[in-house]
Order: sequence, then C-alpha cells, then structure tokens
Amino acid sequence: MVWVESAPRAWREGTRRYRLIGGKCPSCGGLVYPHRQVCPYCGREGLEAVALPRRGRVVTYAVVRNPPRGFEGREPYVIAVVELEGGARVLAQLTDVRPEDVRVGMEVEAVFRRYREQSPSGVIEYGVKFRPAI
Amino acid sequence: MAGRVYIVGAGATKVGEHWDRSLRELAVEALLSAVKDAGIDKRDVEALYVGNMMSGMLQGQEHLGALVATWAGIPGAAACKIEAACGSGGVAVHQAYLAVASGLYDCVAVVGVEKMTDALPSDASAALATAEDQEYVVFTGATFVSLNALLYRLYLDRYGVKQEKVAAFPVHCHKMAVNNPYAQFRRAVTLEEVMASPLVADPLRLLECAPIGDGAAALILCSERYLKRNPRDELVEVAGTAVATDVLSAHERRDPLAVAALRRAVEAATRRAGVEVADIDVLEVHDAFSILGVLSLEARGEGWRLVEEGQLEPGGKIPTNTMGGLKARGHPVGATGVYQVFDLVVQLRGEAGANQVEGAELGMAQNFGGVASTVAVNVLRRAR
Amino acid sequence: MKFTATVGVAGYGAYVPAFRIKGEEISRVWGDAAPVREKSVPGPDEDSLTMAYEAAREALEMAGVRPEEVGAVLVGSESPPYAVKPSATVVAEALGVTPRVVAADLEFACRAGTTAMILVAGLVASGAIRHGLAIGADNAQARPGDELDYTAGAGAAAFLLSGDRSRLLAVLEHAYSFVTDTPDFWRREGESFPRHAHRFTGEPAYFRHVVSAARGLMEEAGLKPSDFDYVVFHQPNVRFPLRAAQLLGFREEQVKLGLLAGEIGNTYAAASLIGLARVLDHAKPGQRILVVSFGSGAGSDAISLVTTEVVGSRKSSLERLLARRAYVDYALYAKQKALLRVA
Ligand SMILES: [Zn+2]
Repeated sequence: MVWVESAPRAWREGTRRYRLIGGKCPSCGGLVYPHRQVCPYCGREGLEAVALPRRGRVVTYAVVRNPPRGFEGREPYVIAVVELEGGARVLAQLTDVRPEDVRVGMEVEAVFRRYREQSPSGVIEYGVKFRPAI
Repeated sequence: MAGRVYIVGAGATKVGEHWDRSLRELAVEALLSAVKDAGIDKRDVEALYVGNMMSGMLQGQEHLGALVATWAGIPGAAACKIEAACGSGGVAVHQAYLAVASGLYDCVAVVGVEKMTDALPSDASAALATAEDQEYVVFTGATFVSLNALLYRLYLDRYGVKQEKVAAFPVHCHKMAVNNPYAQFRRAVTLEEVMASPLVADPLRLLECAPIGDGAAALILCSERYLKRNPRDELVEVAGTAVATDVLSAHERRDPLAVAALRRAVEAATRRAGVEVADIDVLEVHDAFSILGVLSLEARGEGWRLVEEGQLEPGGKIPTNTMGGLKARGHPVGATGVYQVFDLVVQLRGEAGANQVEGAELGMAQNFGGVASTVAVNVLRRAR
Repeated sequence: MKFTATVGVAGYGAYVPAFRIKGEEISRVWGDAAPVREKSVPGPDEDSLTMAYEAAREALEMAGVRPEEVGAVLVGSESPPYAVKPSATVVAEALGVTPRVVAADLEFACRAGTTAMILVAGLVASGAIRHGLAIGADNAQARPGDELDYTAGAGAAAFLLSGDRSRLLAVLEHAYSFVTDTPDFWRREGESFPRHAHRFTGEPAYFRHVVSAARGLMEEAGLKPSDFDYVVFHQPNVRFPLRAAQLLGFREEQVKLGLLAGEIGNTYAAASLIGLARVLDHAKPGQRILVVSFGSGAGSDAISLVTTEVVGSRKSSLERLLARRAYVDYALYAKQKALLRVA
C-alpha cells in the first residue's frame, strides 16, 4: 500500500518513468532525470526533454532488507545510483541480480519492470530498472 | 540590525518508548518544563513554533500549533508547526529566533516533538521516506536508511576507508549517553557489537542507525527587553543561526559527499555569530547514521580519525555529541534539532555533570532534514 | 489464407527471464517425473506486460522503424496483469508509439500470439498501416503441484510486421486457422489457476488442431513437409511437438532448432513465437519455415514464411538470454511467482 492511492499521479509520471525522459540544460549542459521545468544547478528555465541512454554504470548501491509500504515481500532488493552514458544519474532498482553479486562500476542496462502496486486491488506502477548488461 | 536573542528556559522529556503518553502530552510536558526552567509566566509566551515531521502520517494529526497551545494552556499565542523533515526542530529554533530578533515578539517558545512508536516500524519507515522525492526516489523502493547507505558505500569506496572506522562513531555516542538522564540508551556498546549487528540496508548495520523513539524538547527564547524585566543568571545567547538547502536528492548533487548545505549553513551561522569554526567548544552533529556523523566532521575521508583519536570526548579537540547524539540520546525526528540545542544549553550552563566540557563558551548544533537536504545550524554562546 | 500484398517480418525480439528451475527440483517437492529438464521463472518484478515490452523494443530496434511509424500493437496473452485494463496501452506508451495506434489485447490461451500476427499482417497487407507489432507474452500460472506446475514458464516474442519489402527478413506466405469449441483447459473469472481436462488436452485438443491447421495450410498452399526447412510447433512440453511432427511427416531435424520447451518450459502465447525467433536467428536466405501454434479452447494457426536475402544480418538477443541462467529452488520460485502470501 502506498500512502494515498492515486491513479492520476501514476499516470502523470508514466511517460518519464517508462522512457527514461530526462532534462538537458541549454545553459550549463546539466543532465537530470527526470525532466523538469528548471535546472537545479543553474536555475535555467525550459529544459529540453531527452530520452536518456539506456546503459550506464553503478556508482553506489544499497541493499534494502526492510522494505517500505508497497514493496513488502520483495526484500532483499538492491537500489543503486546509475550513471548513464552522458552523465545523467538515475536512482533505480537493480534487477536480475543477487545483492552479493553487485559491484560498484558494474555495467548495467535499462529494462522495463514492475515497481509496486498501489494496493492489492490498485494501480500497478511500472518503470525502468537496470540489470547487469548481457 | 537584529536584536539579541536569549535562551532563558530549556526542558525535555527522556527519549524512549513512551507507550502511555501521547504526542500532545509529550509536547506539553517539555514546554511546561522549559517554562518552569525559565521561571516565567507561561502567559508571556506570545508565539509558539512546533517542530515536527510526521504527526500527519503517524497520528493523522496536523495543526499542531493550535493543538499544543491549547493543551499547554496558552491558546491565543501565534502558533504553527514547522516542518523540514528531520531538520524540523533546528528550523523551528531558527524561526523562533527570527520572530524575536525582528522585534515583533519578546517571548517565544519552541517545542520539538515526535511520537514514532504509535506506528508499526514499516509505517514509520514509510513516513520517514516522505523526506525524499516520492515520485522518483521513494517510488524505487528506497527507504530513508538505504539512501544513507548509498552515501556510505560511496564514502568507503572513494576514500578506501574500512567500515570499522566509521562504525566507531556510534560507539562514541553510546559512551557519552551513559551519563545523560534524558538518553534513550544509557548503555555503552563495543565496536564488535556494532559490526555484528544485523544489516538494515547494506552496508548500514542496525547499531549504526539512530533508533525509533518518542520525545519532546522545548526552549524559551526572549529579547533583551524581556530579559531586563525578567533577569536570570544562567544565560545562553543564540549567537548565530542559519538554514540552507541542497538539491533534494543526494544522487543529483554534483558531489553527493560534499554536504554542501552544511558548509553553507555553518559559514552563514558563524559569520552571523562573528566566530570561527575553530572557536566552537562543543558540537552537536546529526548522526542519524554513522556515516552522517563522520561526514559532518569534515568531508574528505578523514572525519573518522577524530573519532579514533578520542577527539570527540570532553577534553578532546572538538567535543561532539557529548550527551549521546542522535544515536544514543535518541532521534525523535522532528524534536531532534531542539534536543541538540537543549544539550548545548546544558553544556554551556555547566550542568553536564560527568560529561561537562570545561569552560565551554561556544556551542554549535547541526540538524539535517533528509540526506542533508536541509541543514539548520544554531550557534550558542554562554552569556554573562 | 493468402496475403494479397507483401507483408513480412522486419524485426523481431524474444525475451526469456533470467531465472530457471530444474524439473528435478519440482519433482523433489511434488514427486512426479518432470517432462522438461528445466523451465523459465520470471523475476518478482516481471509479468507478461513487462516481457512483452522487452521483446517489442528489440523488434522495433531491429527493424529500425521509428516508434511513431508503428500503426498497431496487439498483445496476445492469457496472463495479463489486469483482468480489465489493457496491457497493450502500457506497452505502446513505453515504446513511444502512442497515441495514433491500433492497440489491444488478445486472449486465446497459448494461441493469441500467432493470431495477433495474422491480424497485424492483415492490417499491413490491406495498406491500413505501414508497420505493426504482434506480441505473444505469458507468465503462465499453475496450481502448485499440478501437472502444469512442471512446465508453466514465462517469456515473450514480438514481431514487427511491415510492407516495406527492402526491410523484410522473412515474407509471410500463407496462414491457416483451425478453430473449434473444445474445453480442454480454462480458467474462470476470479480463479488464480487454470484447470485442465488431463488426457483430453492431447488427442482431441492439441493434436487435432495442430495437425489440421498444418495440413490445411499445406493443402491450400500446395506444399508438403519436405518443402520446409524448419517447423515450429506450440510446445507445452518436448513430447507433443515431436509427436505432431511425426504425425505430419516432418523429420526431427526440422523441429529441433525451434523446440525450446526442454530448456524454458511452456511459455504459452510466446512458445511457438520464441521458437520462430530462434529459427530466424539461424536461418539462411531462401528458407521456408512453418509455425503452428495451439491454444486451448481451442484453435491453431499455421503460418508459413520464406526468409529473404537479409535474414541473419540482424539477430535477436535470444541466445544470450538463454545462456543467462540463475537457478532457483522451489522456495524462491514460489516467492518470485507470488505463490507465497506476504501481505
Ligand atoms: Zn543548468
């Protein structure tokens, strides 16, 4: 269960989550995920929406053993900061890998996976996770 | 030019599992204890700032300003809740300072309160995670603990530091808390115990994480004008205060280990206080996790050395978390920033007993909201 | 059926999850002999929709077609994550082919993937759309300990069908469907697991429909078993497709390349299509392939294809997916298939 079930929230973020849509700053060149109105680094408005590269490397990771609401029964699982080719950093789950096999620097690629159910009868939320590159 | 602001009263409850006391009762207990300590009439309190993070989620209760004012018997006060995640308490102190320094109010109360044990651990965990971006961070299944674990691994990996060096931080805190009657854990732990405790979010182990607990701490702040009418001996001045934010999610920061908001807030608070960091006699850092404690000491992979050398103890180079810190005094989230100031007041008044830092004149409290996304720094000076 | 205009496969993709469970491990728990050596097991975050997406993205990339040029997305599956709410919309949105697209789900047990192919081919051949995606994907469910528990696998395959001759890796020649009302396997609304009629699923169901569809196609097209280089049958196990081949007069060598049930189990709507992807990965120009699906309820589609001179120039990731195998025991299998109640 999430705090507040909301179909509009899942719907609104869908495209950015499904297609890894980031924002590129025309001023400082900063790349952020997800796409947003304003560059967090230089304050420039009007970031360009770009589909980010689907491959990258693990910068750091952690193993979640006490999951929050919505992720019960999935533990243990791995969350990681992935630096994509081009430099955008994405926080995402790693998948298809055992926690003990994850390494900093590991090459990973994007896949489309289920993240959580808002409730057992609620909306299913999907998004990009990363698996060891094959 | 801002007027001078003094802390004339401080009170707190012990941090712990207060099964029999509600959020409002804890807040009232701390507030009345601070009023009593100040020796003032509580009806003098013109404004009340309640630092709290999770009442809306864990108690289904918002509107804490009016609620606490009512239960404390001061309805009529200008009252509101201040929320900045785990930094709520420190930011509430900052706001209370502004209220007095502006000249608008002469006597103001701050209460930090959190009641975490009403909820299941998984719900408390979900509530803590609301400090982060719900749509792109919490959405991934990240817990607040795991986000700190990400920093931890990055630190160990970048600087080639052994985990034991960082895990020594909680050992120090537990040692300090033994002499603090308000502490949640008045029990020493060994490094071996820390390293043998269960993994919560690898690499973070259970004894490297501040516990879940309930508690409230309160302060009475007043102006010079008010002080002249109600003089008292043991005086502490809020010499400087600052709040700074960083890019909300650490992974989006240019350097996630830089703790930029801390640097910014420390710089501003010391400048306003007219002091140097080196002048600080006693320090409170936000050790919600061992790694945050070490990162706060300085961020170039060397902070752990101060722990190893015993420099954080009274008599050391920089006495830190001398009453146990978040780890052992306890971390009732929205109350923590007020507890830190409470602990400094105890030190600056010379009331810290076995843990007293001799001749302490200047104290600094660093309170984080999120993964150092908000940092409130309050600099206190013993006043005569 | 014969398509009046050129239509064929411009790209294809296959998906098999990373996890496997050995037949002997299932036997250890439930005691019967396993009809497959091992079978594929989805990760805890996979469902038919996510697998459909992975296969479809590969097909799209292989074809070199821009998402907005895709005019149809049909997802054939008997295990959609929602009882009501299409998988095709999520797949289409994630691929970036929305909103100007014919998108829908098809359900016909294990046959829906090939039926999606015939329908999309019809849209392309009619000129209604230029390119379309046909997907078969399943995360097959089975009651623990049931016969099906030994074989129910997970996987997906997708075919980007196009009328642009220069893009085609294989051209669709003929199709033939054979459908009757035969209750050999079903799942009622609200039930977690399907039921089946044991030996009734064999002769009157699988064999009758598979053999009839294959014979029908060959008769209509004037072809005989020896005209084909490869034949792929729906594969609920290893034995059935080999027996069907024998009944129709195909040699074992024609069947083997596209027969994966022994390694990945029965991937339902994806089964014959993953077999076809395997064959296309290895086929040479000018070869003829017969695909025959079977879906309970019941029906079979037979489709014949001839490879073009560019077949093999682009391959799917199937061999790499088949090579990556993380074995799980029955306990992890139960956890990943959500057979354990935790909340
Ligand atoms: Zn910028």
